[in-house]
Amino acid sequence: MSTAANHLTRPAWMEKPKPLTTVAKAIAVVAVLALVLVPFIVIISTSLASNREVVANGGWVLWPTDPTLRAYRNILSGGIVTKALGVSVGITVIGTLASLACTSFLAYALSRPGVLGGKPILLIVLFTFLFPPGMIPAFLLVKGLGLQNMYAALIAPVLINVFNLVVLRGFFQGIPEELYEAARLDGAGDWTVFWRIVLPLSKAALAVVGLFYAVSYWNAWFNASIYLESDHWPLSQVLRTYVIGGAQITDTGLSEAGMVSAPQTTQMAVLVIATVPILVVYPFVQKYFTKGVLTGAIKS
Amino acid sequence: MPTVAKDRPETEAVKPPGTPGIGSKSGKHNQDSLGKRFRSSRTLLLLMLPGLAYFLLFHYGAFIGNAVAFKEYVPFDGLWRSPWVGFANFSRMFGDPGFWHATWNTFYIAVLQLTFFFPIPLAIALLLHSLTSDFLRRFVQSVVYLPHFLSWVIVVALFQQVLSDTGLLNSFLSDSGIHTVDIIGNPDAYRPLVVAEVVWKDAGWGTIIFLAALMQVDEQQYEAAAIDGAGPWRRFWHVTLPSIRPIIVLLLIMRLGDILSVGFEQMLLQRQSVGPQVGEVLDTFVFWQGIVGGDTGYAAAAGLFKGLVGAVLVFTANRVAHKLGEQGVYK
Repeated sequence: MSTAANHLTRPAWMEKPKPLTTVAKAIAVVAVLALVLVPFIVIISTSLASNREVVANGGWVLWPTDPTLRAYRNILSGGIVTKALGVSVGITVIGTLASLACTSFLAYALSRPGVLGGKPILLIVLFTFLFPPGMIPAFLLVKGLGLQNMYAALIAPVLINVFNLVVLRGFFQGIPEELYEAARLDGAGDWTVFWRIVLPLSKAALAVVGLFYAVSYWNAWFNASIYLESDHWPLSQVLRTYVIGGAQITDTGLSEAGMVSAPQTTQMAVLVIATVPILVVYPFVQKYFTKGVLTGAIKS
Repeated sequence: MPTVAKDRPETEAVKPPGTPGIGSKSGKHNQDSLGKRFRSSRTLLLLMLPGLAYFLLFHYGAFIGNAVAFKEYVPFDGLWRSPWVGFANFSRMFGDPGFWHATWNTFYIAVLQLTFFFPIPLAIALLLHSLTSDFLRRFVQSVVYLPHFLSWVIVVALFQQVLSDTGLLNSFLSDSGIHTVDIIGNPDAYRPLVVAEVVWKDAGWGTIIFLAALMQVDEQQYEAAAIDGAGPWRRFWHVTLPSIRPIIVLLLIMRLGDILSVGFEQMLLQRQSVGPQVGEVLDTFVFWQGIVGGDTGYAAAAGLFKGLVGAVLVFTANRVAHKLGEQGVYK
């Protein structure tokens, strides 16, 4: 907060900025904001526009005159996109819970001094950061385990991220040792300490790590594209096939209603549906990024 | 789990009061017998189990699969019964122009990224840091971090929608009677395009670490410099830059160590739009040979080679950082 206050007013020693500098700065800020936001606005607007408007405008609408949710109703009334949305949500929820549990268990155990085998296990874990196994061996292993065309193939191979583990472990280590001692004197075992003391104190770190996991599961595409058949596809692979690959959405039973919607509005609606969950969760966790949860851990 | 938690107090109760619990003092437990340490670490070991099993299976277990790089992989025989061929896959790889092409493209794109991507987060961070309105600064921060959380599928789709021949930019240009531009699917524009995508997605996110560093610069140093008559430019050059140099070096080194990876999903999603001539990088080469082409041993050899060189690069970069008196990625 003190740094924030420092920035609110110009320090006495700083010279008054020249008008030219202020104008240049304002232009730079507006340019940066526009570069990020304009594509979003156009895509959301186009997804909400009617066919006629999209065609009349040459494919793009900056501000729909007669907004309609028809494109969304179409793709959400059953069909490929609806199913893919369910798959993506399921993988994200189950994957995030599993990852968060396993990561925090391991991080907690490795954060306690004196645990049997703690140091060698930590080295075993950290070493994987320097030398990942590689694409082909990972592919052979998943195939060998018989996980092909199973949703587990999207979760098990990426269960724990070493960076997230290091962040959580660093956070757990920052909890004062006196709290552990006090709990131990009250007769609490390691599990009780973890469940009753460590987890409640680590909400910020768990929120950030949970968001990282959720985003990576939601966004995961490559593993889905090599392991899953089309009836198991999550949203990312549907997006890749129909929006980037340009496959004809209407030919594949996407919508029972047929060609009600121009493909352009439908494509944009799929794009929006893939993006919206991130836009919704983002503000809740964004505040933690500036609080040094991450930057503190990067050094260690 | 509850059973484990329940019997913990009992083992604690056996100890006389005042005995330090496990982990309270290091050194003490070194004298305890292995069995006793095992018993006192029981819960923690149980908690480690799923995570450790994951690393052993999906990292170390998978790693053994690299043996296939020294084999002629026959799917019917599987990994273990396929015949060994020594370094045949590697010697074939070194004579394969496609491999060298992919290597060259990887370096080319990595160097472009290093030149054009690297300075931009620093510039945005300096701009953000100089904003006097706290609200505006936070708002811009929130906006520029956002694209980092979008998947490559979405980012590539967005760029395609904006820049393709029927896309936003070209429909605007043709409406205004200006010449349209050919970007998506144009091999000459491919490398700038992928760098632009990386900038759009991650330049904002890259500012986090620079902003944190800028916040830590001592205000008094600025004040002293200003009193000594240093203008904004000289304050930047003599106060700001030296203060954030360690973090710049650290990030450069991390990037140099990672120079053989240039965004696998990003490249794979767009490879076909321009073809392998400019679109193939090392990772997509491995994918195309091994998973699409079924030339598993050969692809694993290329992947292993990339991993080894990558590890050596990280290691060397880190040594260089220490030589320069900086902290580096690890000790």
